[in-house]
Amino acid sequence: MAAEHHNPIAQFEITPIFSFDPVLGYNLSFTNSSLFMVLSVLGIWLFFTLAMRARATVPGRWQSLAEVTYQFVNGIVEENAGTKARKYFPFIFTLFLFVLFGNLMGMLPYSFTITSHIIVTFALGALVFTGVTLIGMIHQGPIKFFKHFIPEGLPMWIIPVVFVIELISFLSRPFSLGIRLAANMMAGHTLLKVIAGFVVPLGLFGIAPMVFLVLLTGFEVFIAILQAYIFTLLSSMYLAEALHDEEH
Amino acid sequence: MEMEVAQAAADMVSLKFIGMGLVALGMLGAAIGVGLIFGNATQAVARNPGAEDKIRKLAILGAVFAEFMGLLAFVLGIMIGG
Repeated sequence: MAAEHHNPIAQFEITPIFSFDPVLGYNLSFTNSSLFMVLSVLGIWLFFTLAMRARATVPGRWQSLAEVTYQFVNGIVEENAGTKARKYFPFIFTLFLFVLFGNLMGMLPYSFTITSHIIVTFALGALVFTGVTLIGMIHQGPIKFFKHFIPEGLPMWIIPVVFVIELISFLSRPFSLGIRLAANMMAGHTLLKVIAGFVVPLGLFGIAPMVFLVLLTGFEVFIAILQAYIFTLLSSMYLAEALHDEEH
Repeated sequence: MEMEVAQAAADMVSLKFIGMGLVALGMLGAAIGVGLIFGNATQAVARNPGAEDKIRKLAILGAVFAEFMGLLAFVLGIMIGG
């Protein structure tokens, strides 16, 4: 415990709970990261199952919360991706809830934030990017998909340059999605730990960092929800780009 | 010979700290950017109070993109610090 006391980076360490280390050359241990991913999914499942148990036409408080969440994500998908994207709504909904519950569970004391690791968020971002690109290519055909990189009415000589720039910006999407989420979570939690490390050594004047810590925790909860919203919003926007064809 | 190796190692640590300090300056751009976005958003709402919802959405979206650059600087700092 003493080592974690004055090292704000140690909270991001992955420690195995059940170690299955050299299985066919891979490390398949069940770690604290896996535990919190399982807890995330369990939390989502419990929340929606229990909240929708009442099934009242006029919703009570919990059911209202579940319905508002559904409508929120539904609004994101329909507003950005259009009504053609309705069949992708379950995926976007799952994505939003997983990131949201992952972020929020990291705010509980002594917990582990799964989304603070770039490998986790990059996997999510790469999943979205690959899926959206495949959907776009299947939906529109590969030639027309690449035509999107070249805006209308450009002189011939500048088209290769613009194409390369647009391609690079397109290929940076999974990285930006992943790094944005992971860096936000990691920066927030590191800051919390650093400020918290000041409370006890200051003795009686530790009240000041304590108050700041309360405000910062509130801000971090807001950032957790906001980052989940932004991840989902950007995924819907990329999906919209892949799906839209006629109306330019 | 050993003193030179120790000196080189100590130089490396000092240079790492200097590097991290320089990278932290990168967040200045992000802070200015976010401030500009919200300043313009406030002005826009003052001119047209009815459009507050749309402006709020755009402002938050823009702030996330601007803040992302600052976070890239933070990530670089962590990577330099080892």
